[in-house]
Amino acid sequence: MIRSGLVVSICAFFLVSFTSLQSQTTHNSGSLADTLDYPKSFGFGRPATDREIAVLDTDVRPDGKGLPAGSGKAAKGKLVYAAKCSGCHGVTGIEGPNDQLVVIKNPADPKVKARNKTIGNYWPYSTTVFDYIKRAMPFNQPGSLTDQEVYDLTAFLLHENGLIRAEEVIDAKTLPKVVMPARDFFVPDDRKDGPEVR
Amino acid sequence: MRDKKEDKSLITEKKISRRTLLGGAATAAVVLAQTASGKSFQAALTQSELLWIEDPTKVPGVPPGTLGTRSPFEKPVKAPSDISSRTPLQDLFGTITPSDLHFERNHNGVPAIDPAKYELVIHGMVKKPMVFNLADLKRFPSVSRIAFLECSGNYRGAADGKITPQQICGLTSQSEWTGVKLSTLFREVGVDPKSTWFLAEGGDAAVMTRSVPVQKGWEDAILAYAQNGEAIRPEQGYPVRLFLPGWEGNINVKWIRRIELSDQPYQTRQETSKYTEAVGGGKIRQFSFTIDARSIITYPSYPNRVEKGWIEIRGIAWSGRGKVVRVEVSTDAGKSWQPAALQDPVLDKAHTAFRYLWNWNGQPTEILSRTVDETGYTQPFLKDLLAARGGNMGYHFNPVTAWYIQGDGQVLFKAT
Ligand code: HEC
Repeated sequence: MIRSGLVVSICAFFLVSFTSLQSQTTHNSGSLADTLDYPKSFGFGRPATDREIAVLDTDVRPDGKGLPAGSGKAAKGKLVYAAKCSGCHGVTGIEGPNDQLVVIKNPADPKVKARNKTIGNYWPYSTTVFDYIKRAMPFNQPGSLTDQEVYDLTAFLLHENGLIRAEEVIDAKTLPKVVMPARDFFVPDDRKDGPEVR
Repeated sequence: MRDKKEDKSLITEKKISRRTLLGGAATAAVVLAQTASGKSFQAALTQSELLWIEDPTKVPGVPPGTLGTRSPFEKPVKAPSDISSRTPLQDLFGTITPSDLHFERNHNGVPAIDPAKYELVIHGMVKKPMVFNLADLKRFPSVSRIAFLECSGNYRGAADGKITPQQICGLTSQSEWTGVKLSTLFREVGVDPKSTWFLAEGGDAAVMTRSVPVQKGWEDAILAYAQNGEAIRPEQGYPVRLFLPGWEGNINVKWIRRIELSDQPYQTRQETSKYTEAVGGGKIRQFSFTIDARSIITYPSYPNRVEKGWIEIRGIAWSGRGKVVRVEVSTDAGKSWQPAALQDPVLDKAHTAFRYLWNWNGQPTEILSRTVDETGYTQPFLKDLLAARGGNMGYHFNPVTAWYIQGDGQVLFKAT
């Protein structure tokens, strides 16, 4: 009896302090209680300079933010691809041994169909092609490509996947506008807390 | 057979010369040895070198050392592939995964990062873009929490039933993670209230990136620098990783070097081409972070062969949505279900050990476990999951797993 009474009063105390906290801050969080006595700033760390941020910040957003100057063409990308990528992704981007990069048009074999998920029919954003190749490829020499090579490779892979014409120029303005057929298939997570299996 | 005594002197002499030169070894028992000139020496033996001693009460044991050892009789190992390595769930007890058995999934190997050179940059939609080194991060108020970490691509079956818990779902492990709350750093840099997503970037050869809702950062995200009481292991993100309780492994970016606050997701390769799942009707589910409730019986399991009589069925259950409230076990192929005992403490978003005592009558049967979490979600059967997702398998696959027990006691996996 005594014990349960104690628990109730602690909970009540917590509830009161928690609701009063919520009105003081815009960010709701179950762990606010222990950050209340934090100073405004601890003063640890140092300001980041624009230069050091620029060196690391190579990411590209779907709206094109982050794309560097320059432009690329599929014909030039074909040469870079043959030299630096085909060994792992296949001469035509289909045969591997690593990830398939070019979509197979209308495969009959259901097994091929199931595996046929790549830039042309599964990737929802064209900017991801540039971002990913620049940061992670070639797998054995990541980060070694120039922006020029990445632009050319991006144009090449988009063209091989039937998303742009051979002569189209890919740059910071045109890349975000490339229409990706898979975009409409993507839906945000619709699972919720509770009994429903989704 | 060779004479044991002879073996002993050979080993001892070899050790003397090596250890004398190297200045001693950590895990050494001290034994007296004779040199050729008849002089007595103290020589060091390790636990494994002492294995041949028949009566341990007749020989001094290993003195205190600088590092503990695993008994040479125990050989739990991870199961590696080119891209991941799995925790041997069937060899573990309780709920904490020994750090060296924690699963791994990397996108271009484990980097070597000098902690003295480590820096974390936080920038983007913030008042003060900042750089924190490891010592800075450790000066902030710290937090510890025990929670599971699971890769969302963590289900496999086998038509012949010859598959262990490690192979079925060994991409889940549990640790006590210690670090600084991300919310503490958010306050420090002054995150813009309009910011809704942040990019987390790793310092590995994949320069791995994922977009994370800022809300999770305020709620319970941790920048972890320690695991089970010591610095995080390189395979787990040394020196610092992002830890998002209850969320799929990949988004818990390891070797984290940069956080950029933004007002939209970045649509990185890992959240578009990968870690998305077809759910029927031509739809592909994206940003499915939370791990659904799941359980698995780890004993008895393949390749065990059990005997008629008392068997303590053991396993683990977990949910990314909160606490496990119930685990039910069936020993009659799903016809009836009994509650299993849960081992205290039952923690939020944590592996929870369960057990059920069963007297097997020797007749072939199937044993299964299913868990219910505090939101009322019940772990589904494989066929129900497939039905809910238009017949697709893929990420976030958490079906009930059955073990078929043959009349001869051989245990085999069975899909549900
Ligand atoms: C040494 C082998 C190797 C080389 C060379 C290589 N890649 Fe890759 N590539 C890989 C591997 C392995 C992956 C999968 C990585 C992962 O899953 O984390 C990959 C993945 C990719 C992907 C993502 C595929 C998907 O569907 O998610 C793209 C795009 C890509 N590579 C482009 C390139 C380009 C362009 C080049 C040439 C500059 C290149 N790769 C060179 C091995 C290689």
